[in-house]
Amino acid sequence: MDRKRLALWFDRKGWSDILILAPYVWLLLFFLLPFIIVVGMSVGTKTPTAPPISFGGDYPLINLQGYVRTVADSLYFRAFITSLVSAGIATVLCLLIGYPMALGLTRVSRSWRNILLMLVILPFWTSFLLRVYAWMGLMGKSSWFNAGLTSLWNDIVPASWAVEFVPMMHSNFAVVLVMVYTYLPFMILPLYASLERLDPTLDEAALDLGSKPWQVFLDVTLPQSIPGIIAGGMLVFIPAAGELVIPTLVGDASSPMIGRVISDQFSAARDWPMASAIAVVLLVLMVGPAVLYSHFQAKAEGSK
Amino acid sequence: MAAAEPFLRIENISKSFGTFQAVRNVSLNVEKGEIFSLLGGSGCGKTTLLRMLAGFEEPSGGKIYLDGRDMTGVAPWDRPVHMMFQSYALFPHMTVEKNIGYGLKHEKLSPQQKADRVREMLELVQLVPYATRKPHQISGGQRQRVALARALARQPKLLLLDEPLAALDKKLRERTQFELMAIQARTGVTFIVVTHDQEEAMTLSDRIAVMDKGEVKQVGSPGDIYEFPNSRFVADFIGSITSFPATILARSEAQLRLSVPALGGDVVARDVPGLSEGQDATVSIRPEKLHISRDRPEGANAFPGKVKDLAYFGKDSLYRVVLSSGALVQAHAVNASRGGEASRAPGWDDQVWISFDPASAIVLAE
Amino acid sequence: MKRRHTFLVSMLAFGFAFFYIPILSMIVYSFNESRLASVWGGFSTKWYVSLFSNKQVIDALMLSLEIAFVSACVATILGTMAGIALARFTKFRGRLLFSGLVTAPLIMPEVITGISSLMFFIMMAQWIGWPEQRGFSTVTLSHITFSMVFVTTIVQARMLQSDRAIEEAAMDLGSKPWEVMRDVTVPVIFPAIMSGWLLAFTISLDDVVITSFTTGPGSTTLPLLIWSKVKLGVTPDINALATLMVSTVAVGVAIAGVVMNRAERRRQLDEQMAFRANG
Repeated sequence: MDRKRLALWFDRKGWSDILILAPYVWLLLFFLLPFIIVVGMSVGTKTPTAPPISFGGDYPLINLQGYVRTVADSLYFRAFITSLVSAGIATVLCLLIGYPMALGLTRVSRSWRNILLMLVILPFWTSFLLRVYAWMGLMGKSSWFNAGLTSLWNDIVPASWAVEFVPMMHSNFAVVLVMVYTYLPFMILPLYASLERLDPTLDEAALDLGSKPWQVFLDVTLPQSIPGIIAGGMLVFIPAAGELVIPTLVGDASSPMIGRVISDQFSAARDWPMASAIAVVLLVLMVGPAVLYSHFQAKAEGSK
Repeated sequence: MAAAEPFLRIENISKSFGTFQAVRNVSLNVEKGEIFSLLGGSGCGKTTLLRMLAGFEEPSGGKIYLDGRDMTGVAPWDRPVHMMFQSYALFPHMTVEKNIGYGLKHEKLSPQQKADRVREMLELVQLVPYATRKPHQISGGQRQRVALARALARQPKLLLLDEPLAALDKKLRERTQFELMAIQARTGVTFIVVTHDQEEAMTLSDRIAVMDKGEVKQVGSPGDIYEFPNSRFVADFIGSITSFPATILARSEAQLRLSVPALGGDVVARDVPGLSEGQDATVSIRPEKLHISRDRPEGANAFPGKVKDLAYFGKDSLYRVVLSSGALVQAHAVNASRGGEASRAPGWDDQVWISFDPASAIVLAE
Repeated sequence: MKRRHTFLVSMLAFGFAFFYIPILSMIVYSFNESRLASVWGGFSTKWYVSLFSNKQVIDALMLSLEIAFVSACVATILGTMAGIALARFTKFRGRLLFSGLVTAPLIMPEVITGISSLMFFIMMAQWIGWPEQRGFSTVTLSHITFSMVFVTTIVQARMLQSDRAIEEAAMDLGSKPWEVMRDVTVPVIFPAIMSGWLLAFTISLDDVVITSFTTGPGSTTLPLLIWSKVKLGVTPDINALATLMVSTVAVGVAIAGVVMNRAERRRQLDEQMAFRANG
């Protein structure tokens, strides 16, 4: 191909092909292919070689032991339940705290609103690890926060219930608390975005037609913010359920969460098939509903 | 009881936002079953007044009485006053019938009665086939009717319409005007319309209040306001008009004689009470009250000039005539005849005479 | 209408207290004389001094900044390309898979991304002998992959808002499609591209999980260093480090806020002037 034809090709079609293909190929190679490898590993067999995996051998080519064990072995099953329940509680708490905050943000004056929004986003820009760490400092046995809670508790309960300190660290409570803390901005921001878009005259119309403010909230505001609730819920629930850092730092080691189990199976136990099988199951549980939801969402948008 | 209490009595209402006075000391009476318009440009306070009637704004001073009841401190949801919003404010997540039935939630009616009322409203605005559509699935004109039906469903004492026709295109607007009037006549509900469009106000209303800078300038029937404006502002705001400064020379036999230098002579007009000789005044005249002719007409109030500009509309023409003083007047002429050279209408640069009846001149003491 | 929102305002106050009390507490304790992190032993800046003399910390910080810079730049280029492609080309073969690939890393649990990247690198080393060793290159590659989709999301959203007519105008005036992109599209969406870069940079700088899987011996980023220390408990020098990082970000965000606010006010003023000039 001579240079002129090359230039012609580039002007007409080539530039758009390159625009699409460069990121496309990158994602296929460094995101999809690794994931296909995980799916492949999940049906392999653990061996004491390096890498610690083989196909065939004692088992037929496809070994489904990993998947069987995720359900049959109570360790894995319990880890799944712990993760889903903790993430679920954290999501609900984020919604209960985040919704009034997001609604409050839409009601304050414009200059205040910008400052407060900045304050919501600010923690998001600071290190996630350090935000978890900040709570480690507060929850520890001898911290001022724990001491304050302890004396408060000892004041209000009978003397026989008195404690030396509130056992917060290394519990599922701590995991949920820190999850709420770290993921709350992910709930507030989409909620704020969907609440801010609502037309305030709709509220006035409902007031005008005889609804009291709380009825207006239930009839007009809440139904229209459901997309925001779902978006925020997914942004909190999915990463929380697969969380590794929080349970490692503040969680209860005797009831591990699934992210921790995957990591341990992979690194410590060197059981790649097991780690991969759990990862695939987790992904189907988490991302499956999200994909379905966005599919139906797109369909509903399309029909408008 | 003294003279019959008006249905809606607005008494010395004021509203300020910070240092800005949106509404200043407005008093109005509205009778039951009227279509009453608040007319004015943007920022004249008409919308604020409407929002005070709906209960969205609390007046800074004054009182509102509806059907004898003081509305001070009554929450929007407790007022028998409903509003048709300029944006219509239809609930996007509810169907047409849910929207219309929304206010009925708060009425003690059986489900059957509510369904019947919704049905009745759908029939009133001719939207029965669209009952289960969502607002984004119907046209702008249909949305407007849903908003109207929704506001009427609870049978309010007062219906507030905020720029009801502004969002519609011109053709639809004309048709909808008559529909609105028909629906008002059928339901007998008192309508208060806020509009910036004088034509809309003129065709729709029984009475109009013209507002400017938070004050009511004049209240009257469309005819009163057009033919007998009480101020330069009202005269200029409604329709087109040409005004000249004048000085009163004499008052006699219910007639005024004024010197109008811009017209190049004296004008005879009907007497207006409260004026005195030697006082400065304004003479205004509407274009359709001016006659234009090639020959000098009989009687007073005739002035020579030259056609400077001419817009031919078919049924009528608009002339801009420059007078000997250099002043411009606008004159409207109906093209009543068609034919030969003798009756040919004046054209560009023709020497013409303009004249008007003494009763047509509006004399204002400003 | 002015209504009081007592409940909403108190929820806001509670929420912000919840957000900031732990951070403030951490900052206060970074000036603690005592080695015991939870006992106040008087004011001291000694932990800052020991932090700055710790070569390990400085090395880790430099490595983190290098990785974040390189990966943010590449991720911004690739992510912008994908964002423009998805916003402008509504039909091409494989678009559905492409848009799926662009969303999936956003919601993929990090552990899974981490182990899949690690397995990929190990298998590649087996099959084609690359990468010989894990470290800077493998970490950077994985950071590019999961941060580029954030850039794509931002750019795509901005593209969907922008007026297509200006691009058509440029084409009508004789620009070829790629020239339109260079002269019109990219300059118009440039603020979005910049915020994409900043986001990619921050994400890379902050990442623990994926880095911990894809790094190799000798390549310890700052988050990994903190991670290994924090696992052992609360220490005052980490408090000092955290304080420095939080205040850097806060100052950065505050400056950005002031600059943006100025620009916005300037724009409003200009518009008012233009309006007056016309009126």
